[in-house]
Amino acid sequence: MREPPGLLDYARRWPLKLWMLLVGLFLYAPLLVLVAMSFNDSRRTTHWRGFTMDWYAKVFEDAELVQSLVNSLSIAAFSTAISLLLGTLAAIALWRFRFPGRMLVDGAFALPIVVPEICMGVAMLIFFARVMPWPAGLPWPLSLGPIVIAHVSFSFPFVAVVVRARLQSFDRAQEEAARDLGAGNWRALWDVVVPHIRPALLAGALLAFTLSLDDFVITFFTAGPDTVTFPVKVYSMVRFSVTPKVNAISTLLLAVTVLLTFLALRLQARAAAERLS
Amino acid sequence: MPDPRPPRTIIEFRNITKRFGPVTAVDDVSLSIVEGEFFALLGPSGCGKTTLLRMLAGFETPTSGQILIDGHDVTRVAPNKRPVNMVFQSYAVFPHLSVMRNIEYGLRMEGVAAGERRARAEDALALVQLEGFGDRMPDQLSGGQRQRVALARAIVKKPRVLLLDEPLSALDAKLREELRFEMSALQDRLGITFVMVTHDQDEALALATRCAVMNKGSLMQVATPADLYEFPASRLVADFIGSVNLFEGRVVEDAGDHAIIDLPELGARAWLARGTGASGTLQLWLALRPEKVELHKRGAAYGPPDMEGTPPGYNVVKGTIMDIAYLGSESVYDVRLDGGKRVRVIRPNLTRWDQEDFSWDEEVWLGWHAEGAHVLLT
Ligand SMILES: Nc1ncnc2c1ncn2[C@@H]1O[C@H](COP(=O)(O)OP(=O)(O)OP(=O)(O)O)[C@@H](O)[C@H]1O
Ligand SMILES: [Mg+2]
Repeated sequence: MREPPGLLDYARRWPLKLWMLLVGLFLYAPLLVLVAMSFNDSRRTTHWRGFTMDWYAKVFEDAELVQSLVNSLSIAAFSTAISLLLGTLAAIALWRFRFPGRMLVDGAFALPIVVPEICMGVAMLIFFARVMPWPAGLPWPLSLGPIVIAHVSFSFPFVAVVVRARLQSFDRAQEEAARDLGAGNWRALWDVVVPHIRPALLAGALLAFTLSLDDFVITFFTAGPDTVTFPVKVYSMVRFSVTPKVNAISTLLLAVTVLLTFLALRLQARAAAERLS
Repeated sequence: MPDPRPPRTIIEFRNITKRFGPVTAVDDVSLSIVEGEFFALLGPSGCGKTTLLRMLAGFETPTSGQILIDGHDVTRVAPNKRPVNMVFQSYAVFPHLSVMRNIEYGLRMEGVAAGERRARAEDALALVQLEGFGDRMPDQLSGGQRQRVALARAIVKKPRVLLLDEPLSALDAKLREELRFEMSALQDRLGITFVMVTHDQDEALALATRCAVMNKGSLMQVATPADLYEFPASRLVADFIGSVNLFEGRVVEDAGDHAIIDLPELGARAWLARGTGASGTLQLWLALRPEKVELHKRGAAYGPPDMEGTPPGYNVVKGTIMDIAYLGSESVYDVRLDGGKRVRVIRPNLTRWDQEDFSWDEEVWLGWHAEGAHVLLT
C-alpha cells in the first residue's frame, strides 16, 4: 500500500512534478539546443540534417579561435592562483587582526562585487591607457597582464568572502595548540588553519576560475588586438553570423565547466568520506 | 624519609597584572609553584584563572610583571619556545589528523626522527590507555577519549610543566571521577609539574597538592586542599570551598588555650579549643562546616547535650528541622534556629534507616566540637 505523500514529499505530488519539469526545461532547454546543434550537419543553425563532428574539427583548424581559448584558460589559471592567494590572505588578516580602519577595509573588499561591471571596465581602460600603460609587444604570457590584473581585482573579493565565512567556524584553540606544540606562526597557519578552510579554498578557486573564464564586459575594455579572449572572440564571430562552430566551442567550454564542478564536488565528497571512515 | 632534594621553584609569577582594555583580568598576582606539584587554580567564573594560565603558556602577554620558568624570564617568549604544554578546555585535537599524527605533531615540530617519534607516541598512547587507537580520526572518538588524546599529545613532549584548562569540565560526572584518578596516577608516574585551572572545587581538592583561590583577578589564598577547607583565610574562601555556616561574633575571652565567643544571632556562646589571635571586642565570624554540626534529640526527655572539649552549656543551640534532602550517602538538614537563622547540617546515612532518625518539624539541639569551628577575621 502506498502512503499518502507527506508535507515535504514534493516529488510525489504530480502538479509539483510537472512544475519541476517545466522549470528544468526553461533553464536547460537553450543549452541542450546549443549542444545538439553543435553536432548538426548543416551550415544553417535552424534545421537538423544529421550527425557530424566536423564543427569540432573546424574549431581546431581556426588558429585565432584556439588562441583565444588558450588565452582565456591561461588568464583564468593565473587570475585564480593570484586571487586565491590574495583573497585568502585578506580574509585571514581581517579575521585575525584588529587594526584601525578595519571596517573600512572590510567594506572596500566587498566593493568590486557590487560595482557595475561596465564601470570597472571603463575604469580599467582608463587606468591602463593613462595611469599605468602596459608596454605593447610583450611576449605571450606577459601580454595578458592587464586582463589578469583586471580579473584578479573582481574575483579575489569572492574568494575572500567565501574563506572569511569558513573561518568563522574555526576554533582558535587549535591554532594555539599548534603553537603550544612548537609550531611557529606560519607553520601553525599552514598546518591547522589551511586544512580547515580547504573546502572554501576549493569553492573560491572554482568561483574565481569561472568568473574569469566567462567575463566579457571588463575583458572587452582591457583586451588588446593580440590578447583576445574566448568570450570576446565569440562575440566578434557572432556579430557576423552564428555558425555551428560557435556552438561546438561553446559546448566544449560547457563540458570543461561541468567537469571542473564535478571534480570539485567529488574532491569535497571524498574529503568528507575520509573523515567519516 | 625526608626528600633528599630541597623543593625547587619552577614557576614564579612576579606582580603579574593583565588588563583587557578597562577590564583587569589579573590583578598584581605573585605566586611560586614548586617542581613536581599538582597545582590548582580555583575560583568563580571570570576571576582570571584562564588568563593566568594563558600567560604561562605564552598566549597572552602580561600588562606588567614578570613570569619565570626554571629561573628564566619568559614573559615575552613565544609559546612555541616555552618548556610548557597545554591541554585545552575544548581539547583542540586537530580534526584532520589521525590520533597518531596528532600525538606526533609536537615531536615533528621538534624535528625528532620518524622512528623515535613513533615509539614515543606509542608510549604516550599506552600511558593514556588508548593502545590501538592510533589510526582513528578524532571524530570517531568519545569525549573522554579525545581528552586523553589531548593529554597524550601534550605529555609526549616531556614538558617541564603541563598546563590544564578545565580538563574534565566537558565530561559527564562518572567519567570525570574516573579520569580524576587517572590524572593523579599519571602525574605521580611522570613527575611533571601540573598546573590545572578549574572552577570545580571537588576536582581541585581531590587532585591538587596545593590550590590558589582567586577572586576578581586577585589571589585570595594559596594553601593545601585540607588547609583551604579547614582553615580558610576569609569568608570568601570559606564560602567558595564547600559550603559553610557563618555567624557573626565578638570575642568575650581570649586565652592561649581557649577562647569564648559571643554569637548574638544564635543567642549562644562558642567555646574554641585555641586562642583566636584577635583582640578585644573585634568583630569576627565563626565558620562552621555543615558536617561538623551534630544533631541531637530535644523535647522533654532531653537536656542540652555536652559537646566534646567544652564546658557544659557552650557550643549548643536550639533549632527546628525545616527540610531534609536525602542524597544517598548523606542527608542534608535545613535547620531554623529559634532566633530565625538558618543552619545547614550534613549527616552520613550510617544505616539504611538512619535518615528516619529525625523528621520534618522536629525540634532538635545543634552542637559542635571545640575543634569544629574556625574563626575568620575578614
Ligand atoms: N581576550 C580578552 N579580551 C577581553 N577580555 C577578556 C579576554 N579574555 C578574558 N577577558 C576577561 O577577563 C576576565 C577573566 O577571564 P578568564 O577567562 O581568565 O576567567 P576564568 O577565571 O577563566 O573564568 P571561567 O571559569 O568562566 O573560564 C573576564 O572578565 C573576561 O571577560
Ligand atoms: Mg576559563
